[in-house]
Amino acid sequence: MSFEMIFFILVGALSVGSAVGVVSSKVAVHSALFLLVHFATLAILYVTLNAQFLAAVQVIVYAGGIVILILFVIMLIGSAPLDTRAGYRSWVPYAGLGLGGALLAGIGWNVLRMPAVTLNPDANQGGVPVVLGLHLYSQNILLVELAAVLLLVALLGALLLARRPKAEEA
Amino acid sequence: MVPTSYYLILSAIIFVVGAVGVLGRRNALIIVMCVEMMLNSVNLTLIAFARQWDNLNGQVFVFLVMAVAAAEVAVGLAILIAHYHQSKSTNIDDVNVMKW
Repeated sequence: MSFEMIFFILVGALSVGSAVGVVSSKVAVHSALFLLVHFATLAILYVTLNAQFLAAVQVIVYAGGIVILILFVIMLIGSAPLDTRAGYRSWVPYAGLGLGGALLAGIGWNVLRMPAVTLNPDANQGGVPVVLGLHLYSQNILLVELAAVLLLVALLGALLLARRPKAEEA
Repeated sequence: MVPTSYYLILSAIIFVVGAVGVLGRRNALIIVMCVEMMLNSVNLTLIAFARQWDNLNGQVFVFLVMAVAAAEVAVGLAILIAHYHQSKSTNIDDVNVMKW
């Protein structure tokens, strides 16, 4: 077993473990911290896949932006553990586990039947910012502009939605 | 080099864990986090295929997914805060204003 494989298994196990931690934590803050670990391990996996720039973006956008935003909201609206174990929905987690097992079996069966492909170690020229930026801003410029419009609309929508009710009367 | 299929299996496991979280948890904040995890597992798939076919379009697609995920989490948390102002609860079972 090569060093790369051992590294992949270690990081992958950490990634899956933190994902399970997000789902199984009782306190929302613990979930958010597990989510931070999960995003960091994914960034490491991106580096092993020759996507260095995306790994940096992953750390900045997800670990730096989204997790902090989620933590802020947890602090705002409280993270008291919910004690509601409503009986009428007790079958839902088992249904979720069953559907998840079926999905995993289907994906695994198809992936294991996939023909082996010889991989180029220098694929994507390392995914360095220069190569990726040229690709992004030459062939996919419309995509960048659509993303800009999307983020602007999301910003306005979030401002409008999170506004305190009856702010006009106060 | 680690074969692409290993990354696909790992990504499927993370996706399934996220899906089980969305179905099974009741705290709306944790559901938002699980949706983020599912989006990230798809990103891992896209980057693994981008390496396999030596094609940068997969990585460009990941950029779009990240922009959509950022927008989604901002709007989703805003909806949660608006709902919390109304009902003082983060339980997803209490979100039934539009139910008929």
